[in-house]
Amino acid sequence: MSEAAPNFEGLLREALAPVEPPEDLILRLEETLTSITELAAGELEAWELSAMRDPRNWARPAAALVAGGAAGTALVLLRARRRAQSQTGLFHGIRRVSFDRSGAERALRDLGRETRKLLGDR
Amino acid sequence: MLDAEFSELYRAHLRDVYSYAYYRVGDHHDAEDLTEQTFLQAYRHFERAQRESNGRPLRPWLIRIAHNLAANLYRDRSRKPSWPIDETTTLAAPHTTEQLVEGRDELSRVLDGVRELPDDRREALIMRFALGMDNREIARALGRSDGATKVLIHRAIKQLEGIVGDPVEASADE
Repeated sequence: MSEAAPNFEGLLREALAPVEPPEDLILRLEETLTSITELAAGELEAWELSAMRDPRNWARPAAALVAGGAAGTALVLLRARRRAQSQTGLFHGIRRVSFDRSGAERALRDLGRETRKLLGDR
Repeated sequence: MLDAEFSELYRAHLRDVYSYAYYRVGDHHDAEDLTEQTFLQAYRHFERAQRESNGRPLRPWLIRIAHNLAANLYRDRSRKPSWPIDETTTLAAPHTTEQLVEGRDELSRVLDGVRELPDDRREALIMRFALGMDNREIARALGRSDGATKVLIHRAIKQLEGIVGDPVEASADE
């Protein structure tokens, strides 16, 4: 595909020179955007306070707590598993049976401790 | 306080959006409205656009908003852009006085020619020459492939050359 003559493109670039926005538009737009941001922040704050007075809006935070709890439990199991894997590496497969048992005991202890922490936090 | 990232986007591209709007609609009043609406809409969808952009520049997204709003404007008003360009444009655009005097006729012929182009070709030229967008950016703004955009721009320039050189012949060819 052949390119158009460079001088014609130059002419086109000159004809379609960028247009500076008027100063009053810049000020108006900045004011509008700033006031929308402030309004949105104010509305969100007011909504959060008023929403928590209505029990119908408690479902979401409650669900978040449940999800948080589940995530915490999963995290404990994951940590225990990771620890067990790293220790398996140290033992090089020796005394695997006794290690598995101690790993499971440690995981249960971790689970109990984390669960107590979660319940205590609530 | 305006979000810092949006504020940055706004400052970086206000002139682009305004230039696009101006050459698209043909008068300063509508261009101001279109620019304002573009940034308000962009603000509403900014977070999503950031998430979906995967780090790519947001200028094509902004121009696409302006493009859609301009299309709605014409649909609502059932009219075409109010060309020719305002006389006041030349005061706002960064032309030198000398260039204005010497090249006014030639530039005005080119602008008249741009007005005669089909919408998609006109828009592609505005994006390329007024905003300095590359093919990929223009493709994203117009929702076309890079290849199709390259062809579109090439044909637009060729058609415009024909119009400016020989208006009657060029319009008969298209």
